[in-house]
Amino acid sequence: MSGVAGPASSSMALLEASARLQQRRARMVRERAIEGVLFLAALVSVFTTVGIVYVLVKESVVFFTHVPLWDFLTDTQWTPLFDDAHFGIMVLLSGTLTSSFVALSIAIPLGTIIAIYLSEFAPFGLREVAKPFLELLGGVPTIVYGYFALLFVTPLMQRIYPGLPGFNILSAGIVMGIMIIPYVSSISEDAMRAVPMSLREGSYAMGATRYQTATRVVVPAAFSGIASAYILGISRAVGETMILAVAAGMQPNLTFNPLEPAATITAYIVQVALGDLPHGSIGYQTIFAAGLTLLLLTLLFNIAGHVLRKRFREAY
Amino acid sequence: MAYAKNLDEIRALIVSHKRWDLVFASIGVLALMIGVLTFAALFVDMAVKGVPRLEWDFFTSFPSRHAHKAGILSAWVGSTLVMLTTAFFAVPLGVAAGLYLEEYAPKNWVTDVIEINITNLAGVPSIVYGLLALGLFVYQFGFGQSILSAGLTLALLILPVVIVATREAIRSIPQGIREGAYALGATQWQVCKDHIVPYSFAGILTGVIIGMARAIGETAPIITIGALTFIAFLPPPPLKAEPPFISFEWLTSPFTVMPIQMFNWTSRPEAAFLINAAAAGFVLVLMTLAMNALAIYIRYRLRKKIKW
Amino acid sequence: MVAVPAQVSAPLSAKAEVRKLDFFYGEFQALKGLSMPVHEKQVTALIGPSGCGKSTFLRCFNRMHDLYPGNRYQGEIRLFPDDVDILAHAVDPIEVRMRISMVFQKPNPFPKSIYENVAYGLRVRGESRRVTLNEKVEEALRNAALWDEVKNRLQEPAFNLSGGQQQRLCIARALATDPEILLFDEPTSALDPIATASIEELIHDLKEKVTIVIVTHNMQQAARVSDFTAYMYLGELIEYGVTDEIFIKPKKKQTEDYITGRFG
Repeated sequence: MSGVAGPASSSMALLEASARLQQRRARMVRERAIEGVLFLAALVSVFTTVGIVYVLVKESVVFFTHVPLWDFLTDTQWTPLFDDAHFGIMVLLSGTLTSSFVALSIAIPLGTIIAIYLSEFAPFGLREVAKPFLELLGGVPTIVYGYFALLFVTPLMQRIYPGLPGFNILSAGIVMGIMIIPYVSSISEDAMRAVPMSLREGSYAMGATRYQTATRVVVPAAFSGIASAYILGISRAVGETMILAVAAGMQPNLTFNPLEPAATITAYIVQVALGDLPHGSIGYQTIFAAGLTLLLLTLLFNIAGHVLRKRFREAY
Repeated sequence: MAYAKNLDEIRALIVSHKRWDLVFASIGVLALMIGVLTFAALFVDMAVKGVPRLEWDFFTSFPSRHAHKAGILSAWVGSTLVMLTTAFFAVPLGVAAGLYLEEYAPKNWVTDVIEINITNLAGVPSIVYGLLALGLFVYQFGFGQSILSAGLTLALLILPVVIVATREAIRSIPQGIREGAYALGATQWQVCKDHIVPYSFAGILTGVIIGMARAIGETAPIITIGALTFIAFLPPPPLKAEPPFISFEWLTSPFTVMPIQMFNWTSRPEAAFLINAAAAGFVLVLMTLAMNALAIYIRYRLRKKIKW
Repeated sequence: MVAVPAQVSAPLSAKAEVRKLDFFYGEFQALKGLSMPVHEKQVTALIGPSGCGKSTFLRCFNRMHDLYPGNRYQGEIRLFPDDVDILAHAVDPIEVRMRISMVFQKPNPFPKSIYENVAYGLRVRGESRRVTLNEKVEEALRNAALWDEVKNRLQEPAFNLSGGQQQRLCIARALATDPEILLFDEPTSALDPIATASIEELIHDLKEKVTIVIVTHNMQQAARVSDFTAYMYLGELIEYGVTDEIFIKPKKKQTEDYITGRFG
């Protein structure tokens, strides 16, 4: 104790007390130091974000001294490495948006259906097997999916659409969609499982079937979690690189037709990185401008998701 | 009572409703089947084309202009070294951050900022991490186009995975255990090192394995750093014959990794190279499968062992 | 208000004295002006209806409230013989917990071996010599009446024990560090009647070695086990005295109403 001893205030007791005080101080210093180290580790995530913003903005600022923002947003050609260089980001955006659209038209419906099925219908054994399987599906390296899209899905699609080019958005989009299903289904399912049994019981007690309960009670109750799942799926689709780089080709092409080849923002960055670009050249800076656009796009979706979730936050 | 229906009408209604149940259940199974079939097609396709190529020399040869001589030696060595570096950074940082957020962090705006950042970073496309690495690690810090840069980048990429897994594992420890330890006079750090970390170990390990499985397959950020696609040499070995016996030269050496090798071969039109690509892809899928299976197994054992 | 017991046979010394203790959870005042002694090597019981603050009061003794933000003590709990106020800001809660141990309502053995559970308090104090640890672990387990049942399986996980055994293990763990006061927070409410009886017997034996304060919502248990009883209601100490007197001839009507079951 830090208080001085009572009746027998011998020097022995004083010595003991001061030794304990020293011990206590040493201990407190050690504890604070450890907490400081752990805090720094937690700060790394903040440093990462700051680093990303810094790097992207720094190079983009230089980029925009050469290329007017208006041109960047409205030009309909993307030919940064030609002598007559054009920097219309719309071209790459069209590839990104088209491929994401194809992917999400598969991932969102199928992912939601699977989530509802696993959460409300499937027998326990099936769910225990399906969940790890879906994790596996989402864990396959994207380069492998790219190979699959190029060399299996495209020939398959070519039987349906004979004129389909070897590089096209459709095959890449389909494979991307299937890859994203686990992201959508697992988060949606978690949200649905979190809906308390009492809500379901209320519905069943009124004579509703499983399907009615699932669609009219559980899904609306889990809406904010499902919205999160969709937002994650969208982010994933927009940010996907390798499947598109391999199967959709890397030719910038302003189109919204999935039956054509096109380059996405991400595929363009890869193409440039594969080549040899001197640090500080305009080509080098374009990938950062493209990256900044991509980041802003994902940020936009994140914010939209956040707003949606706040509005529909369920309190049960 | 105006709303009462007779028994027959009710029965007919129930039958038609139950039909919907059946329809939906079938659709659900169908949807699952699409996933299963895709995976099966992918796996079988790669196995059929690639397995014949999986001979000893495939694993011990460097890439070459001749497809039948080309192998993945530099690729899998590079992948291994990059994974080691990634784990070296990601595990301590992730576990420390998770520990801080669960046991130490007060509820203030600083903690909020940290948590928002972690959530955000989980959704940032991996290629943006590549750009971060290119601008910061490769040029600003001068680590060059090296294994060190790749390891750091992937570590940052999987950091949110490790942090979330750590936090969930720590959260599942009942408060009674903490109070019991504090009541015996333990300091906060003693509680963390004697109880919190050991008891959440399995959950943390699961998260680390899943993170590493993701990192192994990452291509885009590594390409962006500038990993070359035709490497016909190995990085310098970490152990040397002369003092000081340990070398870190391999950290700054150029390198390649498995996914990039596969990408390189996929981009060639010659059928022979496509076979190599299938073989490399098969190896990659097997590794991912093995790591995921390991994580699932650990999770299963954990559920049986500690009954809170 | 300090009520002095009317009949005191052997000379009793106070191990601790609570003086005008207030406690706040944020803005809410959970304890109001508590003052009473805690006699050495005696069992003091805290009784009262749910929500009266008895557990809150108990947790002041080992500064458990310090673990959570927003809590505030006012007043003193003085510990003897060194006459120090253990609630003072300057006093390190860790040191308090090294002198005052606690057994919780729900047995909370660590997911370690039986041996390591009991040894943990000693390890926290820096003790690592095998011989010393072995001795103290055996002594603690004997004092907790658990030694014979576990002496051949000390390396087994503590979770293998039954509920009653786990609670006795927690008692052994708390005893291993020779505490000056042992706090029991409703120690048998999660146990079956047979286990409860064995714990009550244990408490009776333990009081020769250590001062005990026990919170219980079971009045009969308080009557069986304790020497002194404090009846609390809504954060206030209504009456304190020798157990027999409280239960046979309580001084306050409130106390009588609670004891006779008229309310609570």
